Amino acid sequence: MSKDKPDKVKIKTFPDHYVITPPNPLRKHVHRVLDKDADDPVARAESALAELSGEFKDWMASETTRLTAAYAEILRDGFNEENQQELFRAAHDVKGDAATFGYPSAATVADSLCRILEHAPDIGGVPPDLIQHHINAIEAIVNDRTQLDAVKTANALSQKLRSVADEYLVHVNRDRPEHLEAILAPSIVPDDK
Amino acid sequence: MFRIDYNKLRFLVCDDNPHMRRVLRTLLHSFGAREVNESEDGATALEMYSHYVPDIVITDWSMPIFDGLELAQMIRQPDSKGNPFAPIIMLTGHSDKRRVTVARDAGVTEFLAKPISAKGLYQRILNVVANPRPFIKTKTYFGPDRRRNTSVAYIGPERRGSGEVEVMQQPSLMDKARSNV
Repeated sequence: MSKDKPDKVKIKTFPDHYVITPPNPLRKHVHRVLDKDADDPVARAESALAELSGEFKDWMASETTRLTAAYAEILRDGFNEENQQELFRAAHDVKGDAATFGYPSAATVADSLCRILEHAPDIGGVPPDLIQHHINAIEAIVNDRTQLDAVKTANALSQKLRSVADEYLVHVNRDRPEHLEAILAPSIVPDDK
Repeated sequence: MFRIDYNKLRFLVCDDNPHMRRVLRTLLHSFGAREVNESEDGATALEMYSHYVPDIVITDWSMPIFDGLELAQMIRQPDSKGNPFAPIIMLTGHSDKRRVTVARDAGVTEFLAKPISAKGLYQRILNVVANPRPFIKTKTYFGPDRRRNTSVAYIGPERRGSGEVEVMQQPSLMDKARSNV
C-alpha cells in the first residue's frame, strides 16, 4: 500500500497529456487468504446460475417472440428507421442471451442476422428470405432444443446460414472497404475459459 | 490467494434486458455483493450514478435512446462534480475490433463480451479493483490509460510527448491474484 497520502490524486504533467493516478479506495477490499481457507466465489456463482437456468427456455422463447413480432411489423409496413432498429435490438438481444443461456447455435444465427442489418448497404434490397430463414432458424433452435439430434442440426444450420449471409455481405459490400474489413475481421474476444 | 470483499462494494448495473439484469444480479450476489442497483437505460443510470455513487459500473452497450457508450462518456467528464474515475465494465454482444476501440476511447475500463460467464465477470472485477490503470487526460481523451502493456520491442512512432517518465509501472498484485482465481 502507498505510504504517501493515498487519498490524493497524483498528477504528472507532460507536454501534451497528464497522467493522473487517482486514489484507489477499492484496494482495501482486496485481501489475502490462505488457500485452504478460501471459498470459491466463481463456483458459487456458477452454481447459482445453474439454479437459474430452469428459466432460460422461457426467457429465450420471449426473446424469439419479440424478434418474430419485429419482423412481422416490417413485412406489414416496410422498413423504416424505427422498426429496423427494433429488429436489430431484438436480434442483438437474442445473440447475447442465447450465448449465455445455452443456445450457442441460436447466438450464431442471431449474430449473422445482426451483421446483415448492420452491413447491408440497402436494407430494403436484402432478399426477404435471407432474413426470414434466420428468424425461422432461431425459432426452430429454441423450440426444438430437446430433440436428440437438435444440437448437430442446429450447428449445421447456423453455420450454413452464416456462410450464405457472409457471401451475400461480401458481394454487396465489394466497393465498401470499411464494411468489408469489418465483415471479414475475426472476433477479438479473449477466451475466459 | 487474493479475494475481494464483495460485500463492501457498491455496483450499478445498467441493461435494458431484464433477463440479463437478473443474471448479473445473481452473479454479483453470489460473489458476495449486497448493494446492486439496477437501471434499464443510460439516462436513469446516470442519475443513479450521482445518487448512489457506485464503486463499479457494469453497463450494456446497446440500449435505446441513451446507450452504454454515452453513459461512459458522461461519467468520464474530468471536471464533473461526480466521480469521473469509477471503473466501467462494458458488457456487450459486439466483439469486433472497431467496436472495442470505440468503447476503449469512450473511457471504458474493461470489456466483457457475451456470453457472460461467472469467471469472466469475476476476473474483470478483480482487475479493476486490484490493478487500476492510471488515467490519461489529453485534449481529446480522458479515461484509463489505453496502454495496458509496455513493449520494449515497439518500434512505431511515440505518439505521446515526453518530458519525464513516460510510462508508469503497474503493481504486480493483479498477476498474483489472477493466477489464484
